[in-house]
Amino acid sequence: MSARVDVRKTYKLYIGGKFPRSESGRSYEVMAAPSGRRATPRFLANAAMGSRKDARDAVVAARKAQPGWAGATAYNRGQVLYRVAEVMEGRRAQLAQDVRDSEGLTPARAEAVVSAAIDRWVWYAGWADKYPQVLGGLNPVAGPYFDISAPEPTGVVAVLAPQASSLLGLVSVVAPVVVSGNTCVVLASEERPLPAIDLAECLATSDVPGGVVNVVTGRTAEVAPWLASHRDVNAIDLTGAADAPGVEWGELELAAAENLKRVLRPGGSGPEAVEPDFEPTPGLSRLSAFLETKTVWHPKGR
Amino acid sequence: MPTFEYAPAPESRAVVDIASSHGLFIGGEFVEATGGKPFKTVNPATEEVLSEVSEASADDVDAAVRAARTAYTRVWSRMSGADRGKYLYRIARIIQERARELAVLETLDNGKPIKESRDVDIPLVAAHFFYHAGWADKLSYASLGENPRPVGVVGQVIPWNFPLLMLAWKVAPALACGNTVVLKPAETTPLTALLFAEICQQAELPPGVVNIVTGAGATGQAIVDHPGIDKLAFTGSTGVGKMIARSIAGTRKKATLELGGKGANIIFDDAAIDQAVEGIVTGIFFNQGHVCCAGSRILVQENVADEVVRRLKRRLGTLRVGDPMDKNTDVGAINSRAQLQRIEELTAVGEKEGAERWDSGCALPTNGFWFRPTVFSNVSQTHRIAQEEIFGPVVSVLTFRTPGEAVAKANNTPYGLSAGIWTEKGSRILWMADQLRAGVVWANTFNKFDPTSPFGGYKESGYGREGGRHGLEAYVKTGSEQ
Repeated sequence: MSARVDVRKTYKLYIGGKFPRSESGRSYEVMAAPSGRRATPRFLANAAMGSRKDARDAVVAARKAQPGWAGATAYNRGQVLYRVAEVMEGRRAQLAQDVRDSEGLTPARAEAVVSAAIDRWVWYAGWADKYPQVLGGLNPVAGPYFDISAPEPTGVVAVLAPQASSLLGLVSVVAPVVVSGNTCVVLASEERPLPAIDLAECLATSDVPGGVVNVVTGRTAEVAPWLASHRDVNAIDLTGAADAPGVEWGELELAAAENLKRVLRPGGSGPEAVEPDFEPTPGLSRLSAFLETKTVWHPKGR
Repeated sequence: MPTFEYAPAPESRAVVDIASSHGLFIGGEFVEATGGKPFKTVNPATEEVLSEVSEASADDVDAAVRAARTAYTRVWSRMSGADRGKYLYRIARIIQERARELAVLETLDNGKPIKESRDVDIPLVAAHFFYHAGWADKLSYASLGENPRPVGVVGQVIPWNFPLLMLAWKVAPALACGNTVVLKPAETTPLTALLFAEICQQAELPPGVVNIVTGAGATGQAIVDHPGIDKLAFTGSTGVGKMIARSIAGTRKKATLELGGKGANIIFDDAAIDQAVEGIVTGIFFNQGHVCCAGSRILVQENVADEVVRRLKRRLGTLRVGDPMDKNTDVGAINSRAQLQRIEELTAVGEKEGAERWDSGCALPTNGFWFRPTVFSNVSQTHRIAQEEIFGPVVSVLTFRTPGEAVAKANNTPYGLSAGIWTEKGSRILWMADQLRAGVVWANTFNKFDPTSPFGGYKESGYGREGGRHGLEAYVKTGSEQ
């Protein structure tokens, strides 16, 4: 009896809730990380090699989705994000397989990474209706005024996803951006893009509106400069500049200055960029990096 | 309408002694600059030279940064929060004691009316130090993250529109959080910062905790570029803000930027019109319109537009423009000849592009830099006067029909610093406030400031907040931050 010929997946981009191929028609080979005794690199899939145009389309989709997502109630956003974790739990097998192949992990370790990623998503989902109270509040001004400060999303955020931590790291940078009502364009790990597309499939089959998270796979050095200089992007997370071939984060920050994007620099010190350890429970700094504080004054009177 | 004549009520300038020349304040002492070319600071209301001020060279900036670093590592970062707080309380008290002197000096050097420096600027300066003094030993309660620690040496560059108040906004939170500072006041208004240096001496603030270097753009750039600076705080134009953002790209220097604005002051047909007109006046003619968060675009609902403009013009006819030292003066002098030229240039463009120009026609003094309160009506969104920051006593009037249109027009700018809403309908205020992309929204009031209230912009008006709990964030690092 012969083994069944399996049905393999086509990995595409995720833009505006749809899964298009790159408009450039290009793709690139994704290989498994070396592990165990295997000597020759193993082919995993052809991923779409996103272009400048794809990145721009993704920004348009993110901009279009932003007011609706920010306008949803915090309770609603929290539930929608929690639902993503539910869907991830249901797709554990594929997430674990792709993380294992991408990062060269043992099956047990890959399972642990998926569990941590799902738990991280749940952790951030729970913040949706809490961070405004923690980070905002009444200001006791010296006069008869009601004066209140509240955090708001900054808008459209470009995210360079971590190169090494292909799922836990990815979730750890995307969830804090979208929980507050931002929308984003995520540039997936260049050599480990498959878990990002798996996550996109989880998002597409949950209740997250199309355009809230857009995923572009391809060469970071090719696409990131277009996002950094894009005039309709409000902020950029440079975490994934660490170990991205040919990427100088200082140049991306320089381009981002043209419209005063909020910039979250990569980890490390000096010019060196180091991918952070995503295992420990994070603080609020990734969430607050993409918030604006709005202060409203009103007189009191009889 | 009857015209009221007011007898002059001049404030005395005898309360302040202005030295004929000033050095730099580095390491707790006034020192001579090395190499820079001294420059004069003038009273913009009379063009009289007030004093000669040193220009700090890159070497002087280096000396200041080194003094700040020494003070940081040896004294200030090691001192208990409670003790840092006590120094700030001392400073707040001395400012209160010397308030009149500071107000007069501010008015002489800046040109703003004495009633504003006396009743707004200086009291707020004292309040900022008093407020932040109390934070110094309470930072772990401020939800800033785990283990909040100072950042190090902070470079601060401030503008000429609220000279001492901007110093307070920068210095008070920096010191409360345990940082030391190198501050450069604007080249046209250095005198109150130099008097503040004397106040630091009176308070016996440890030498090097506050260093003040005077100069122009080159001195500012030397601060921005100095490798010993850990964080920058800048208030000024969006153009310079972008230069700073570019200068520090790829470094680990942190920055907060408080930049330009083109605030919309939105008046609905159900607003209390006379109060709204007062709000327009406060919004744009306060401090001669030299206010980054000024309400320089009036958006008025179409059916009341004629009425609002009529009452506004009548009100502007009663504004007293002239000698800033007169306690009755409402609108003082434009801060510098360069700024006056910019205002003249942009208003000429406004006329050329077809907007209708009106000014109050009031008499102006012969010496000094002056500009009459001016209103442009029939302004469209594409006009330069509706897009660019004029930074003077000039307001553009645009109209709208629906709240949605008001929001769209208000947000149609690269800036996002302030906005005003005038309506008696509470639910509309809250809806509008949600929609406006601006860091500060004043409803049925305008241009109110308080040390407890975070201030700062969206989009190209900059990033970071100053004041309140939020303002501390920029001056600490937390958790595993290096």
